[in-house]
Amino acid sequence: MNFVATLRIALLALRVNKMRSALTMLGIIIGVAAVIVMIAVGGGAQARVEDQIRSLGSNIIIVLSGSMTSGGARGGTGSQPTIFEDDAYAVGREIEEIQAAAPTLRGNGQVVAGNTNWSTIFYGITPDYLEVREWAIVEGRGFEPAEMSGAGKVVLIGQTVVKNIFGDANPLDQVIRVRKVPLTVIGVLDRKGQSMTGQDQDDLILMPISTARKRILGAAQAKSRSVSSIMVKVRQGADMNDADQRMRELLRQRHRLQQGQDDDFFVRNLSEILQAQEASSKVMTLLLAAVASVSLLVGGIGIMNIMLVSVTERTREIGLRMAVGARSRDILTQFLVEAVTLSLIGGAIGILLGVGGAMLIAELAGWRTELSGSSIVLAAGFAGAVGIFFGYYPAKKASRLLPIEALRYE
Amino acid sequence: MAEALIRVEDLAKEYRMGSNVVPALCGVSLEIAAGEFVAVMGPSGSGKSTFMNLLGCLDHPSGGRYWLDGQEVSQLSSDELARLRNRKLGFVFQHFNLLARTSAQDNVALPLLYSGMSPHERKQHAERRLAQVGLAERMDHHPAQLSGGQQQRVAIARALVNDPQLVLADEPTGALDSHTSVEIMALLQQLNREGITIVVVTHENDVAHFAGRIISFRDGKVIEDKANVANDAAAQLK
Repeated sequence: MNFVATLRIALLALRVNKMRSALTMLGIIIGVAAVIVMIAVGGGAQARVEDQIRSLGSNIIIVLSGSMTSGGARGGTGSQPTIFEDDAYAVGREIEEIQAAAPTLRGNGQVVAGNTNWSTIFYGITPDYLEVREWAIVEGRGFEPAEMSGAGKVVLIGQTVVKNIFGDANPLDQVIRVRKVPLTVIGVLDRKGQSMTGQDQDDLILMPISTARKRILGAAQAKSRSVSSIMVKVRQGADMNDADQRMRELLRQRHRLQQGQDDDFFVRNLSEILQAQEASSKVMTLLLAAVASVSLLVGGIGIMNIMLVSVTERTREIGLRMAVGARSRDILTQFLVEAVTLSLIGGAIGILLGVGGAMLIAELAGWRTELSGSSIVLAAGFAGAVGIFFGYYPAKKASRLLPIEALRYE
Repeated sequence: MAEALIRVEDLAKEYRMGSNVVPALCGVSLEIAAGEFVAVMGPSGSGKSTFMNLLGCLDHPSGGRYWLDGQEVSQLSSDELARLRNRKLGFVFQHFNLLARTSAQDNVALPLLYSGMSPHERKQHAERRLAQVGLAERMDHHPAQLSGGQQQRVAIARALVNDPQLVLADEPTGALDSHTSVEIMALLQQLNREGITIVVVTHENDVAHFAGRIISFRDGKVIEDKANVANDAAAQLK
């Protein structure tokens, strides 16, 4: 007996009891739709978490100066200037995966304004720094090219510095002194809050890198082009490890390091935190899907129930089919195909409903949902598996009937 | 000597009811030649239905041997028996056993579904057999739209569709009024004249007397096996 004929018999049998078939399918429809919607909602939440983490700098790689060993005493990170502004520009220019590379020159000192003062960190930066850190200026303006090249006496200040130096007063156009150099406040940075390591990210001031080098840090730095660190932002969607790898190679090449020689710089990134966060949101998606699968399971039990009723009701039909030549496995196939057809049609409707539902939720509740092809395939496959699993027992029962007893069944 | 279509030797069947063994058939030996029209008679519990089930390869005997068309079938597996029923046997039941909500044509074609015939061939065969039983006009009718006699005709067409060597009819007139019964018997007689071997199980004398041979059962044994001058059902209808 061929498959098309079997399928036709199954469809015919399902049509005979339209209402019952529809209600049986309903369980699968709800189950599949629930799985798809839940995975979409979970995926949306996951994507949102990823975005948030990314804004915290998970796609940032930090390159630090190497260490120096002199007389057996090994200096710490950055004790020897080994990376330079030009390294940053080369990295930003030549590596495709990298969106921006910002050289920074770091220092600390007392900020004095009028009769108050505050100890903070200052960074000499290029405008790329703000891009890399996705940091907005909430008041005032950023650095202009002339200020960048001409060591302009201008500064951007963080929220913590604003609070401690100016209180409620307007800081714009005020003059602050950093290591006795007067700088004009031209802008205020947006609030960033704590970093993942607990540092107050708003406790800092930013100035053009030329200003830091020539006016603040003084003779030691004035002629050098070295920087404390390079902050690198990896393009969205690009692989962190690839970017990391290619950047290391470029820097080694620029620093003329031989094979086997250690790197003269350090590379740090926050991708581990991202991985941990992704893992946790994946668990959440899995949990949602598991809860939804329970309804699919209940739908499957519904199928089994109806198929058992159907087998009992159609005992004489089974007997007749056997009498005219159906073998056990023909009967088994027939009922199995019926169950699987029920669950697959239910699954197809469930997919449509699930996709529609996910879109509706995105539209009405404003939640972000991510429909994934794999979740749809998964749900469809699961529906089919439920049909086979729960259809097998009733089908087996039907195929085990003895023809004479089945024929005599009242 | 030509091999009989059916030959049974010491055929026995017993049922187990808990710890009791109930004998239903105790050592029946007989032969039925091709082309015969045989009536199997007996009161209920006489073993005639058990005998019929064994002849129809629907059940395994507990003892004895059975040759159908020269092939020993008493030791065959269930699947082999199913194949045998599909190729060599046709069944007519008391309650017709037609599939509801299925056209007469599809009902008739049902056995061919299990013999791997193409849809087109199935259709052709079914049409031919329905025409043979006088229902060419009712191909697309569902059983519920047909009278009892017509339903039994559909069932007979179904029994014939695989060109069987033997048609087994279990109380074919049991659910029909007397006039329709005679009509059905006339149809069976006509088919027999066309060369089909027919075995009818009945408890009605009138029905049995349309057959050319009457085998009577009691308590699981054959008590009488006699030739009969068959009444002509077609003549009775006139």
